[in-house]
Amino acid sequence: MIIAEQKPIQEIKAMIASYQKILVVGCGTCVTVCMAGGEKEVGIIATSLRMALRLDGKKPEITEDCIQRQCEWEFVDALKDRISKVDAILSSACGVGVQALAERFPDKPVYPALNTTFMGMPEKHGLWIETCRGCGSCELGRFGGICPIARCSKGLLNGPCGGSQDGKCEVSKEMDCGWQLIYGRLKTLNQLDQVEEILPPKDWSTDRDKGQRRILREDVYYEQTV
Amino acid sequence: MSRPFKEVLTSGEFVVTSEIGPPKGTNIDKMLHHIELLKDKVHGMNVTDNQSSVMRLSSLAVCHIIKDHGGEPILQMTCRDRNRMALQSDLLSAYVLGVRNVLCLTGDHISLGDHKGAKQVFDLDSVQLIAAAKNLEQGQDLGGNKLDGSVEFCVGATATPEADNMDSQLLKFRKKIKTGAEFFQTQAVYDMSMLKSFMEHTQQSNTKILAGILVLVSAGMAKYLNANVAGVTVPQELIDEIAGAEKGKALQKGMEIAARQIKQIKDENICPGVHIMAIGKEEIVPEILEMAGI
Repeated sequence: MIIAEQKPIQEIKAMIASYQKILVVGCGTCVTVCMAGGEKEVGIIATSLRMALRLDGKKPEITEDCIQRQCEWEFVDALKDRISKVDAILSSACGVGVQALAERFPDKPVYPALNTTFMGMPEKHGLWIETCRGCGSCELGRFGGICPIARCSKGLLNGPCGGSQDGKCEVSKEMDCGWQLIYGRLKTLNQLDQVEEILPPKDWSTDRDKGQRRILREDVYYEQTV
Repeated sequence: MSRPFKEVLTSGEFVVTSEIGPPKGTNIDKMLHHIELLKDKVHGMNVTDNQSSVMRLSSLAVCHIIKDHGGEPILQMTCRDRNRMALQSDLLSAYVLGVRNVLCLTGDHISLGDHKGAKQVFDLDSVQLIAAAKNLEQGQDLGGNKLDGSVEFCVGATATPEADNMDSQLLKFRKKIKTGAEFFQTQAVYDMSMLKSFMEHTQQSNTKILAGILVLVSAGMAKYLNANVAGVTVPQELIDEIAGAEKGKALQKGMEIAARQIKQIKDENICPGVHIMAIGKEEIVPEILEMAGI
């Protein structure tokens, strides 16, 4: 899922301080699960902003809502009436949700309450790690189901660098060396031969390097005015 | 004038390389002094490439200066700061400037240096960079296009004899050899028994391994290396030896240790050569060589 974390409340406050009526909109999917921008967090953000703005002598009208998914029009459209009554929107969804609101409500300013950080999962309660970079050309089959692009801090394809020690990365002793994980797993699976092959440079054209990425599937595509 | 490094590598004589660290800025006086001191004492001078992810004068510019001064430069290239286009372009540039030796490295992570917010590249890894150089030698770039005029390099790589993950390091080492690395300059090594056991893995190939000798300047440096630098372990007896040096004599002791190890490597034929790193104190290298009997 998409992992995000809340921006500092002072940063959020600075973005919305000039508005009187603000709607804080959460998202019930990824950011709810990663405890960054769901219904509960919307309540906390709204309360914190009310208190912070009151300390500045302001009395804004901050209302709250949370929809199932900010990345789908059917849920976003349901906000139409509420949004028509406010001056600005504070979205606690990922960047996809923020942009969906901006596109759907062209006359309302939209601000992000979160920093969208990565695709990953909780490793422990309260600890999330990145596991996929969304490079557009998955090679996990070759690497024993552990991604060197996302989990080696240099994204190396042909083996570890010299900065690996005690199974940890040179970037931080908290960070596993992705290549040690790959090597260990392939050894367990008796598949080390899979990484003996010298891999050529990666084709990054499936990553961000051809501009904004899109997938068009002719089999399910039809023109629809939404 | 210096001899081509490739010729020295294949001559059978004990090979000695050292390092020149480009300055942070344009004042090259001290660096020129080091070049003058070393050019006739070593067979090749590596020029580090934004070493430790700290932005400095470029390796390529300094290699050119070394050529101008009659030395034999070894261009260090890391994959951190340039994509495949820039790396290949710099390899062509190096060739036309007379640089004939390249050391291909991964490069330290950007977060370890002085531009922590910069975007790191790693479009290629060190194996792919070796392959890119070899490809240019065949008159082709990585896009599959023909070159009008190719290159010819002596291509080297790095290895870590004291790595604790030797199995996976050897995986990469094999790939570097297979891709065409003609020589290796190793990470600093202090434990000669570990160096010997590493060398057992290299017997199948013709590649030349130059043992990395990093001169200790204090017991504090040794402890720092042990705590912070992956793949480097200074044995306690060496730390004790340098800690026991008279006040103000720690560097002298470090030079003695380095000279002793170089002599051992040569006398026992552990490696066909050494790569001496003095990190900013290159003026001590000639004396170390003298102490080692070279």
